[in-house]
Amino acid sequence: MSRPADNRSQFRPDDHPNDHFLLTTVVGSYPKPKWLDRARDLDESGDLDDAAWAEAQDDAARLITGEHERAGLDTVVDGEMRREEMTEFFAARIGGYEFNGPVKVWGHNYFDKPSVVDEVSYEEPWLVDEFAFTSDVATRPVKVPITGPYTLASWSFDEVYDDEAALARDLADLVNTEVEALVDAGARYVQIDEPALATTPDDHALVGECLDRIVAGVSEDVRVGLHVCYGDYSRIYPEVLEFPVDEVDLELCNDDYEQVDVFESPEFTADLALGVVDAHDAGVESVEQIEQNIRQGLRVVPPERLTVSPDCGLKLLPREAAYQKTANLVTAARNVEADLDAGRIDLDAPVPTP
Amino acid sequence: MSERVATTPGLYPLPDRAKEDLADLKGHQKGDLIDGSEGPAITDVYDRARAEAVADQDDAGLDRVVEGQLRWDDLLAHPLVVSDAVETGGIVRYYDNNNFYRDPQIVADLQPTGDVAAELEAATELTDGPLQAVLPGPYTLADLATDEHYGDEAELLAGVADFLAGEAEQLPPHETLFLLDPSLVTSPPGDDIAERLPAAVDRVAGATDADVVLHSYWGAHDETAYAHLMDADVDAFGVDLIHEREDTLYNITEYGTHDDVALGVVDGQNTRVETPETVRERADWFEERVPSQAFDTVYLTANTELFYLPVAPYREKLSALAAAADEEEVAA
Ligand SMILES: [Zn+2]
Repeated sequence: MSRPADNRSQFRPDDHPNDHFLLTTVVGSYPKPKWLDRARDLDESGDLDDAAWAEAQDDAARLITGEHERAGLDTVVDGEMRREEMTEFFAARIGGYEFNGPVKVWGHNYFDKPSVVDEVSYEEPWLVDEFAFTSDVATRPVKVPITGPYTLASWSFDEVYDDEAALARDLADLVNTEVEALVDAGARYVQIDEPALATTPDDHALVGECLDRIVAGVSEDVRVGLHVCYGDYSRIYPEVLEFPVDEVDLELCNDDYEQVDVFESPEFTADLALGVVDAHDAGVESVEQIEQNIRQGLRVVPPERLTVSPDCGLKLLPREAAYQKTANLVTAARNVEADLDAGRIDLDAPVPTP
Repeated sequence: MSERVATTPGLYPLPDRAKEDLADLKGHQKGDLIDGSEGPAITDVYDRARAEAVADQDDAGLDRVVEGQLRWDDLLAHPLVVSDAVETGGIVRYYDNNNFYRDPQIVADLQPTGDVAAELEAATELTDGPLQAVLPGPYTLADLATDEHYGDEAELLAGVADFLAGEAEQLPPHETLFLLDPSLVTSPPGDDIAERLPAAVDRVAGATDADVVLHSYWGAHDETAYAHLMDADVDAFGVDLIHEREDTLYNITEYGTHDDVALGVVDGQNTRVETPETVRERADWFEERVPSQAFDTVYLTANTELFYLPVAPYREKLSALAAAADEEEVAA
């Protein structure tokens, strides 16, 4: 059962130029400034004091939040400047986890896959300081991406539970605690990232159960999104419509909207956050191209339920490409809004069939 | 009483230093992975890493020593990607894991390369221990490949089996050959291919004088495939006692097995380190439940490749396997 998705208007800027409003946002991660990587190396080798390292991260978060605002986004993120990897960051803050060293993903790409060695527990806020800092430096509303419990469970070694579902449920309760803390701190837009669902789509019921736990007691004024990427969506649709979220954010640009028809029937009842730029191709899509991509989303939902976003986190792109894609995404959204205002788009056939 | 022999399926994690050095020397993109043409600087890092992998096994006291397969960037698809008859495409998911390999597209008749033989030759100088060779099983290698040449599944399987036999013939002397064949479990063959499995396996197994273990994991064999596999001329099946062990037991009870057996009693995908007692108990559990059979050799092994693990638990698991197979320690 989707939450009533009438909480998007709070993100509409007062000076929004068009009648229509396509909410523009990002998935989360963004290329780090090179000096931040150098500072991290110094910090890891013990050559940087804690205060200087904290200041470097603050500077980067301020810089990228500002870059998102310059691109014109309606909701911004700090580009996850304080996070290295989406599982590691949270595992380091959750009780019960330990790290034993890097493991291969592919080629010479590794990550510090953590091990659950004790029942997981909530020790300290994970993201509240990050959120407070970002919303302090931002003039636009801040979205908070959180790695979901199913992905945290799947991408860990489980030495304790012997049952991935039990671990995921426990982690979901911790995410719920964190979301409540973020809401108390003023957060109004959180996004649960569950890329692991794409690799094991048969577990959609477990992901839904985890989301139920995450949103328990969370006000409906708080917008809750779910991000999934790089999978065969026919295996999780229409089941995702049962999830208690306002918005489902999907990578679809990467394979040129080959999978968009999956969502045309049955009716997509949540808001759709549509990936309109490729996160793994440094070639920058033109504004015109992105306008065409946005129209693909109008095949699935009406404009008042369409959010516009990149396919996935942009952190692997060159920074200039990431910025230009983001800026073009906003320009294209505003152009499509104007076209809708002027009645230039036929919503019964938003994309001419080739 | 059976003889218990401690071994592993190979494909070890690189030492952490080598992970960094090779990332710097080779890069992070798919075009940077091993294709068999690496230069001396990269070869040197792999030589040192191989020496460490062999020393790890000798230090632990394993009864069989593998080369470590540290160069196998494309995991079990490695023997294909070093072949001129194969072009590598995009990155594809490796079974149900958060791991990826390059899609090996077979575009011409496969000819053996000697790549795996050269690796084992390099290990020969590093240890006095009995060597164990490791190759993918023919069904798995065919399953991982994209066929743009042979035309149908049966031709592909036969072509891959010939190719692997050619690789096996070039291997330096070795005591045991493990054929890793997880695809038999994860995507079981249809009837037509199942009938052809024994011939394909025999083609490879016949190319070595060593004892041959056909090892599958991530669950139990499908019943039909298992029944056909019993016709293959191998010395042992390797089975996964971490996943679906009751189903494996059912197959063995119904269709029998060979005089030797390899038992995946250590979890290659979990950092929780088994004690030698746990390893022995798992093997005992199996032997007690197959009363119809007295085994000659029982290989104690990890169920899967070990590259999924960080280095420290991987080393501890080698020690647990070796200790479990050490009868003297049982007495002590
Ligand atoms: Zn993503």
